[in-house]
Amino acid sequence: MSVQGTVDPAEVAKFEAMAAEWWNPHGKFKPLHMLNPCRLDYITGQIAAEFGRDLTQPQPFQGIRLLDIGCGGGLLSEPMARLGAQVVGADAAARNIPVARVHAEQQALQIDYRHTTAEALAEAGEAFDVVLNMEVIEHVPDPLAYLTACERLLEPGGLMICSTLNRNAKSWLMAIVGAEHVMRWLPKGTHDWKKFITPDELQNLLVKAGLDPVDRKGMVFNPLTWSWSLSSRDLSVNYVTASIKRG
Amino acid sequence: MSDATDILIVGGGLNGPALGLALAQAGLRATVIDNRPDLARAEAGFDGRAYALAQASRRLLTAIGVWPAVGHLAQPIRRIVASDGRPAEGAAPFFLDFSSDEIEEGPMGWILEDRHLFAAFRDRMAAVPGLTHLPGETVVAQQTGPAGASVTLASGRVLTGRVIVGADGRGSGTATRAGIRRQGWTYGQTALVAAIAHDRPHDGVAHQLFLPSGPLAILPLPGNVSSIVWSERDDTARAIAALDDDDFLTALRPRFGDFLGAIRLAGDRFSYPLSLSLAERYVAPRLALVGDAAHGVHPLAGQGLNLGLRDVAALAQVLVAARRRGEDPGAPDVLDRYRTWRRGDATLLALGMDAMNRLFSNDNPILRLGRDLGLAAVAAAPALRRGFIRQAAGLSGDLPVLLTGRAL
Repeated sequence: MSVQGTVDPAEVAKFEAMAAEWWNPHGKFKPLHMLNPCRLDYITGQIAAEFGRDLTQPQPFQGIRLLDIGCGGGLLSEPMARLGAQVVGADAAARNIPVARVHAEQQALQIDYRHTTAEALAEAGEAFDVVLNMEVIEHVPDPLAYLTACERLLEPGGLMICSTLNRNAKSWLMAIVGAEHVMRWLPKGTHDWKKFITPDELQNLLVKAGLDPVDRKGMVFNPLTWSWSLSSRDLSVNYVTASIKRG
Repeated sequence: MSDATDILIVGGGLNGPALGLALAQAGLRATVIDNRPDLARAEAGFDGRAYALAQASRRLLTAIGVWPAVGHLAQPIRRIVASDGRPAEGAAPFFLDFSSDEIEEGPMGWILEDRHLFAAFRDRMAAVPGLTHLPGETVVAQQTGPAGASVTLASGRVLTGRVIVGADGRGSGTATRAGIRRQGWTYGQTALVAAIAHDRPHDGVAHQLFLPSGPLAILPLPGNVSSIVWSERDDTARAIAALDDDDFLTALRPRFGDFLGAIRLAGDRFSYPLSLSLAERYVAPRLALVGDAAHGVHPLAGQGLNLGLRDVAALAQVLVAARRRGEDPGAPDVLDRYRTWRRGDATLLALGMDAMNRLFSNDNPILRLGRDLGLAAVAAAPALRRGFIRQAAGLSGDLPVLLTGRAL
């Protein structure tokens, strides 16, 4: 199997193993796999509503150019490509790119994976109909500068989906104590609670960045069904927002 | 030669076609591979096989467009009478009498002959785009990989897709090829199945008589005809099966009773050995099992097909939701959702029916007293009764959308 250009076969084997890890629902990325259906329900619903697409049709996102920031192994990029979107997956961690490429190739999906950042893409004048900005903002040093770059990446009328973690006692208990220390779903130190952002803070940042926030929902974990679902009321820990760039 | 589809369904009984229809109507491409030629089954006379369809199953058949073609051929069940009686002793002191008047959803179920149901499935499969029906084709090999799955037919033809579904019964070759082991046991019992014509109308009442040797179900068919499922110990059943028709009726009469007047045979007689067969897993990489391939149950209370259709409804909903989110329908986390949704329900029901049969197929006086008291308790408590009726009608539990009668 070739991964864009000349790559050492031992390297490819390593990437394949890492891709298998990314895509193992019980492995290191189990929390993302558990959250993924809920995130995808929100993303697909918002895109379908904004661009007038019918999700019961094959490849409903044909003709939509989409950027997945912080794409990792491609857990969101692949579903978007399967739905027909033209996908660019960007990750600041270089090692994720060949891993994501190997997996997309196995799945016979065309995805343009790049080792780059939102700021660099904006600088280069790239433009997208949809920007996915999922569980990234709580890791960046300057959220406003980052969201401004995301805004520049959108076509007029474009849609940005942004999810992150709320900052309160409950989110500290759930995301830091629960997820990192008790359940060990995430490595310790994955999140810095001080960088979490409340829904109102995010709303202000989005407006300052020139975007028009149109929707927000909580993503709530139900320990009985062991699954995540969207909630209109409970934004106390994980939440997701949709914003439009007015043209 | 290779053909691309989304879902490869092995088994053309009833669960396989039902799943294929549900998926194809929701925009997935499905291929149903049936090792039997279809004409023989649909155009045969009554072969004695009939199903007790629960309300939830009727709703699924409506959602997939099959019910309109068969509704008029189905006999509604207005009452179910379960009694604990020994032959020639009349009714036991306690018995259960469930009536559809006690719940709001209408009849408790319908009895429908296999030949009518299958013919309707066959016609519907021909009419729905995206569905390919391959009768008379046998799967001889299957492969699964990180991106897809394929099956090889006896003719050498190879079909490719994203997921293989085993709907091929309790001897499921799909499960065996995937290395899924089964546990199960035989009951030492055989079911004798026949259609019985009687002089008096049955008024839509289904009877379940718990006799010491095994249960006798009397299920109303349209007209003055009932289908019987008569379970006896293997050796007794063999002897009864060997009798000529007149002697068969002579043996049946004291068990059947005379409440429907004179009885006679209305078709051929069949016998099916009873066994329980549970697959150790319902899913494997890119593979899922439905119906008897996952859990072959004792046919007591006619729950086999109803249970299978619950699998079909859950799996169809999981696969369609995955497709609409852009997920790979064969990804392990997707198939795991089906497994967690179904495993509890199916195993519980299978073991519950098994326990019930073991309890009732017994002449031990202490057990007899215990079950009479148990039946009396159920008979006396209205909430418990409604729970029983709703359970029998398939209306309880975490219901998949198709079981509410809506398409996906």
